Amino acid sequence: MEIFLQQIINGLVQGSVYALVALGYTMVYGILGLINFAHGEVVMIGAMLALSALTALLGVGVSALLALPLSIVLAMAGCMVLGYSIERIAYRPLRHAPRLAPLITAIGVSIVLQNLAMMIWGRSYHSFPQLIANDPHNFGGAIINDIQIIIFILALAIMAGLMVVVHRTKLGRAMRAVAENQHAAQLMGVDINRVISITFMLGSALAAIAGIMVSANYGLAHYYMGFLLGLKAFTAAVLGGIGNLRGAMLGGLLLGLIESLGAGYIGDMTGGFMGSNYQDVFAFFVLIAVLVFRPSGLFGERLAERA
Amino acid sequence: MKFAQKYGTLLAALVIALLLLPFITDALLGRGWVRIVDFAMLYIMLALGLNIVVGYAGLLDLGYIAFFAVGAYCYALAGSPHLAMTFPMAFPDGVHLSFWIILPMAALIAGGFGVLLGAPTLRLRGDYLAIVTLGFGEIIRIFLNNLNAPINLTNGPQGISRIDPVSIADVPLSVTQNIFGIEFPSVHLYFYLFLAFTALVILISQRLERSRIGRAWMAIREDEIAASAMGINTRNLKLLAFAMGAMFGGASGALFAGFQGFVSPESFSLIESIMVLCMVVLGGMGNIAGVVIGGVMLAVLPEVLRHSVVPLQQVLFGKTLVDPESLRMLLFGAALIVMMLYRPAGLIPSRVRRRELGTDEAVDKV
Repeated sequence: MEIFLQQIINGLVQGSVYALVALGYTMVYGILGLINFAHGEVVMIGAMLALSALTALLGVGVSALLALPLSIVLAMAGCMVLGYSIERIAYRPLRHAPRLAPLITAIGVSIVLQNLAMMIWGRSYHSFPQLIANDPHNFGGAIINDIQIIIFILALAIMAGLMVVVHRTKLGRAMRAVAENQHAAQLMGVDINRVISITFMLGSALAAIAGIMVSANYGLAHYYMGFLLGLKAFTAAVLGGIGNLRGAMLGGLLLGLIESLGAGYIGDMTGGFMGSNYQDVFAFFVLIAVLVFRPSGLFGERLAERA
Repeated sequence: MKFAQKYGTLLAALVIALLLLPFITDALLGRGWVRIVDFAMLYIMLALGLNIVVGYAGLLDLGYIAFFAVGAYCYALAGSPHLAMTFPMAFPDGVHLSFWIILPMAALIAGGFGVLLGAPTLRLRGDYLAIVTLGFGEIIRIFLNNLNAPINLTNGPQGISRIDPVSIADVPLSVTQNIFGIEFPSVHLYFYLFLAFTALVILISQRLERSRIGRAWMAIREDEIAASAMGINTRNLKLLAFAMGAMFGGASGALFAGFQGFVSPESFSLIESIMVLCMVVLGGMGNIAGVVIGGVMLAVLPEVLRHSVVPLQQVLFGKTLVDPESLRMLLFGAALIVMMLYRPAGLIPSRVRRRELGTDEAVDKV
C-alpha cells in the first residue's frame, strides 16, 4: 500500500510537469494545427539557462533566495525569445506551405537546438544546485519532498492562471478566435501574427518552468533531456485531446500516473521479465493505444483526422 | 530505344567508372576511404528506402533507422554464435543461416514491423505518424539495450559480435580474394555487393515510381482527399509505402551487420534517422538521382569535417573548440531548415515535386 501511495505521489509530480509541457504543444496545435517538435528542446534550454544563471549569480555572491527567482525569470525570458524566434524563422514563412515542410523544419530546429546546447554546455550531466531545504515528509507511509510539493502546487497554480488568461482576458479571446478560424478572426481585427507569437512565447515560458522543475526534482540537467520529455508531453497532449487545454493538463497527470504505476508494477505483472528500465516505453504504448481507439483523445471534441 | 541510343555511352561510362571506383579510391586516398565509400552505398540504399516513404507517399518517418536496426539484428541473430550462449541446447554453435535466407527474412521482418507501426497511425494525419515513428525509433533502442535479461537475446549495450561475413556461393567477402589474377580486398568485394544491391534498389524505385502504385502514392501525397475521391485506397497504399520502405531499411540493415561483423544499439540512434532524412530532403524528395547525390554528399561530409575542422581549429585557436560530430549534426539541422525555406524541392528536384512544393516561377507558369 505504501508503495502504491508512493507511486501515486511520484506520478502526480511527474505528471504535473508533463502537463505544463503538454500545454505548450496543445496551445500551438490549437492555433496553428502544427506539432511544434522543437518544444521539448525549449524545455531543455530553459533548464540549462536557469542553471547557468544560477551558477553565475551564486558565483558573484547573490543570496540563494534571490538568485533562484531571478534565474527562473531569466530562463523564462530567454525561452520566450527562443520561442518567438523559432516561430518567426521556421514556421511563419511556411504557414501556407504543404504540411510536410513545417514538420521538417521543426525537426531541423530541434536538432540545431540540441547540438547548440551540447556545444555550449557539453555532453556531461550538470547537477542542479539544491537551494531550498528539501525535507522529506512522511505521508501515510510514503515520502514526499518539499520540492515535489512545490512543483505540484506551482504547476496547478500556473495552469489555473493560464485558464484565466485564455478564458477571461482580451488576449485569450483573440487566441480562441484565431484557433477557431484564422480568417474570420483577422476580419474582426485580430492581429493574427501577434497572437501566434504570443502563444509561442507563453508556451515557451511554461516550458522553461517545466524544465527547471524537472532538473530541480532530479537534481540533474542534460542536453538530451528535452527529447524524451517532449515525446511524453506530446503523448499527454494527445491523450487529453490535442488542442484542448484542460485535456492537456489531465492528460499530463494521467500519463504521469500510468508511467509511475506501470514502472512500479511491471516487474510483478510480467513475472520479472521486464523491469523498471522499460519505464520510457509506457508513454509510447499509451500513444499508440489512444491513436487506435480514441484518436480525438479523452476530452477532445475536435476530430483529429486530417483538416 | 531512343533513350538507349542517347544515353547508352554515358551509362556504359558510368558503369565502368563505378566498377573501377574502389581501385581508384584505394590508389588515391587509401583503403580507409574505400570503407567510407562502402558506408556511403549503405546510406544511399537507406535513403532510397526512405525516399519511398517520404518522397513518394509524403509520409514523414522519423524513426526509419529502427527498421535498419531490425534488419541488422535479424542478421546478427541468424548468423552468429550469439544464440549458443542463450540456448545452448537448441543451438550449440549458434545459428548460421545462409546470407540468401537471412536477407529476405530481415526484409520481411522489418516490413512486418512497418505494418505493425503503420496500421494504427496511417489512418490519422501525417503529424501523428511523424511523432509515433520518432517514439518507435527510441523504443526499439530501449528494447535492444534491455533484452539481455532475463533471456539474453540482444546482449544489451555490448551488442553482438563475431557475426558471419556475407558469403556469396561459399566465397566469404571478409577475406581478400584472387579473381583472374586480380587481388580483391574485402572492402572492394563488399563495394561490389553493395553496388549491385543499390542498383537493384534504384531499379525497383524507378519501376515503382512509374507504376500505378507509384502514381497513386504521389496522388496521395499531393491531395489525399482528391486521391481517395478518385478511388484510391489511401490507407492500404500508405501502408504499402510504409512497409516497402521498412523492407528496404531491413535489407540494408542485414547488409550492414554482415559488413560490420558487429552490431550494437549505439549505431541506431535518432541521429542516424535524421541523417537519412537529411539525405532525402537535401537531394530532392521523390527524385532518385537527387537522393543518391544527397546520400553521397552527407555520407562523405562527416569524413571531410573530421579531416578539416579539427586541424583548422588547431591552427586558428590552438585547440579543438567544436568537435566535428556535433558540428555535423548542427549542419544537418540547419540544412533541413534552410532547404525547406529556400529550396523545398531539394537541390535536384523532381519535376512533379517542384510543382507541388515550390514557388518556382518557371514551373508555376506551366
